[in-house]
Amino acid sequence: MCLGIPGEVLSTVEGPLRMGRVAFGKVIKEVCLAYVPEAHPGDFVVVHAGFAISRVDPEGARRVFAYLEELGETAEGHGEEP
Amino acid sequence: MRTDIPLSCPVPLRHTTVQLAHGGGGRLMRQLIEEVFLEPLPSPALAERHDSAVVPLGAERLALTTDSYVVTPRFFPGGDIGRLAVYGTVNDLAMSGAHPLYLSAGFILEEGLAMEELRRVVASMREAARECGVRLITGDTKVVDRGKADGLFINTTGAGRVPEERSVHPRRVRPGDVVLVSGDVGRHGIAVLSVREGIAFETPVQSDCAPLAPLVAALFEAAVDVHCLRDATRGGLASALNEIALDGGVSLAVDESAVPVDEAVAGACELLGLDPLYVACEGRMVAFVPAPQADAALEAMRRHPLGAGAARIGRVTEGPAGKVSLRTRLGGQRLLDLLSGEQLPRIC
Amino acid sequence: MKYVEEYRGAEAAHRYARALRSLVTRPWTLMEVCGGQTHAIVRFGVDQLLPPELTLLHGPGCPVCVTPVELLDKALAIASRPGVVFCSFGDMLRVPGSGGDLLSVKAAGADVRIVYSPMDALALAERLPAREVVFFAVGFETTAPASAMAVHEARRRGLRNFSLLTAHVLVPPAMEAVLATPGRRVDGFLAAGHVCTIMGMEAYQPLVRTYRVPIVATGFEPLDLLQGIHMCVAQLEAGRAEVENQYARAVRTAGNAPAQAMLHEVFEVVPRTWRGIGPIPASGLGLRAGYADWDAERRFGVSAVGGREDAECQSGQVLRGLLKPPECPAFGTRCTPETPLGATMVSSEGACAAYYRYRRFIGPCAPTSP
Repeated sequence: MCLGIPGEVLSTVEGPLRMGRVAFGKVIKEVCLAYVPEAHPGDFVVVHAGFAISRVDPEGARRVFAYLEELGETAEGHGEEP
Repeated sequence: MRTDIPLSCPVPLRHTTVQLAHGGGGRLMRQLIEEVFLEPLPSPALAERHDSAVVPLGAERLALTTDSYVVTPRFFPGGDIGRLAVYGTVNDLAMSGAHPLYLSAGFILEEGLAMEELRRVVASMREAARECGVRLITGDTKVVDRGKADGLFINTTGAGRVPEERSVHPRRVRPGDVVLVSGDVGRHGIAVLSVREGIAFETPVQSDCAPLAPLVAALFEAAVDVHCLRDATRGGLASALNEIALDGGVSLAVDESAVPVDEAVAGACELLGLDPLYVACEGRMVAFVPAPQADAALEAMRRHPLGAGAARIGRVTEGPAGKVSLRTRLGGQRLLDLLSGEQLPRIC
Repeated sequence: MKYVEEYRGAEAAHRYARALRSLVTRPWTLMEVCGGQTHAIVRFGVDQLLPPELTLLHGPGCPVCVTPVELLDKALAIASRPGVVFCSFGDMLRVPGSGGDLLSVKAAGADVRIVYSPMDALALAERLPAREVVFFAVGFETTAPASAMAVHEARRRGLRNFSLLTAHVLVPPAMEAVLATPGRRVDGFLAAGHVCTIMGMEAYQPLVRTYRVPIVATGFEPLDLLQGIHMCVAQLEAGRAEVENQYARAVRTAGNAPAQAMLHEVFEVVPRTWRGIGPIPASGLGLRAGYADWDAERRFGVSAVGGREDAECQSGQVLRGLLKPPECPAFGTRCTPETPLGATMVSSEGACAAYYRYRRFIGPCAPTSP
């Protein structure tokens, strides 16, 4: 289900169907942005089957590492509420 | 003599018609070759299953190989069908250690093919042959009804001379040998996919199609005792490694993080759900060399422009024939298996 | 690539592995719901980093694997019609119906094409007005908004030669089917992150309350999976059962509102048969009456077409977490990727294929301690 890859929005074309160019590293693909009206050039979006399904939240993106740091502090490691 | 696949279970050739996967460079193709071709057409040279047959001709040894080219689209970033038809066959000669000398070319043309396009392909072939130092000395042309061929198919046969004392063959591969790859993998497959309808995307990736004979020559000039060579074409690096492991009766241990993959190829693979290790190349080879000579071999390859990105990716180990294991970036192990057929883009 | 590479670091992965070892006090069995997660686990060897007490089971989240034979047979019947261009994701091409697969009907002359997006199929319909273009709409809540937009656009643009063969399925009912199975082995779930991206987290609250299992929405990279496992095990060890979100960079609690609105506009919830599992009520999506003209089943009159599953295939037990692939008597003998008995052996996401491709030599599937 769910091959979703993060890419950077390069440009958007407004219209009946919001489209845009999204860069995945050095690969660029035309993607439908209708489901991420809040995404603008410079934002990263998760793309699945030609559709952006979510804008990547840079704050949320650091959680994986922050969680690990906290585990390091409390050696026994209890899951924090995300 | 028949080379068994010790690993694959006794799977019957169940298909009653030819499937695309029978040409995909994977397990089904191997099965087709064994059961439909090798059994009824027994010949010691054929049973060797090398990229070229090497046969005695008087006091000398002749390398002979043939290959057909059906790529769509016929023109793709970095190359075209004409260039492939020369390089591919010349490369198969080079993989048996031969100096490529002569080519034949057979053309199957579909009624209605633009003459201008055919001229461009032929010009490309002339250029490629000049570059490889081979001469195109005989040919054939057939025209078929519209719909009986997809525009243009080319078959080329290559002949070359194998220098005395030289033996480049899967059965020379030994546990302890080092596995080298001549550059980053997956460019050709991604370049072709990038212009295919329904999948197309923008990328700077160009096909890596190139003649490998100069690179092979560089290895021998450096006095490397090359045990085996194989160009990674259909099915990519992983399939080339599997073939050698099966035919050489050895296991291989490959380090995933050592395999060079260009950033743009990696990006396209993420997007399409492909494993770059299985994506086609047309100008890359793997070399199996004795461990003490590995550094010299790597250096010889890197000095040549076609081998500038060469890397040491693994080694030959004792173990079941055909087992290729990959050490993942996280330090885990997984099997690098022969695929059933061609790798398809996945979304799910 | 940003937001990819940094989640694959070996050093951080090993730190997570150490944290898990000091956390676990007894055996736990977790199920990763999504086939994409299964794929990543096996591809990167994430399971090999886990302490021996932890077992991962592969869930029903592979749309290719759960699409029923009946729908595949409809696909084969439609694709074989003259004039039809049948478009599909690459995943579906090798999945066997009762009379072959899409590649074999292609070999027999059908026009079957791989597309990256349903919008590519729509573009084909625009370009080939004399042909009937059919898109095989498989997938979970992640993929359904893409199909919904394609058919919505077809109506807006007045494209009458485009239609959907709809096989969309919903994840929470399948998780409930796993939980309700007698003898279940699953103590906690790694929910499918991209499904949650669309639908949000609310649908899991009733499951957590009724069955007392932790459910952690989890991403697809090795560090995501390791963190998701850690969060799930931390709940189990503490005796908690809650819905948590590991995949915070992409999942919001309420999900994606515009995508949900489009799903609601185009689709309605319908009962669906799952391959290997059987019928599950309210577990699929079908086109609403307003889109009936774009329904391929109706257009091609294939409602009655459809065969049955190979009796020997035990994929249903695999999909429900009752059986590991190598425990199936047909695994690797009568059932291989060349001659698959069921879809789990075909799809690159399928649990059986993943084991066959990556683990056959390495032996039993039990997680090995690092």
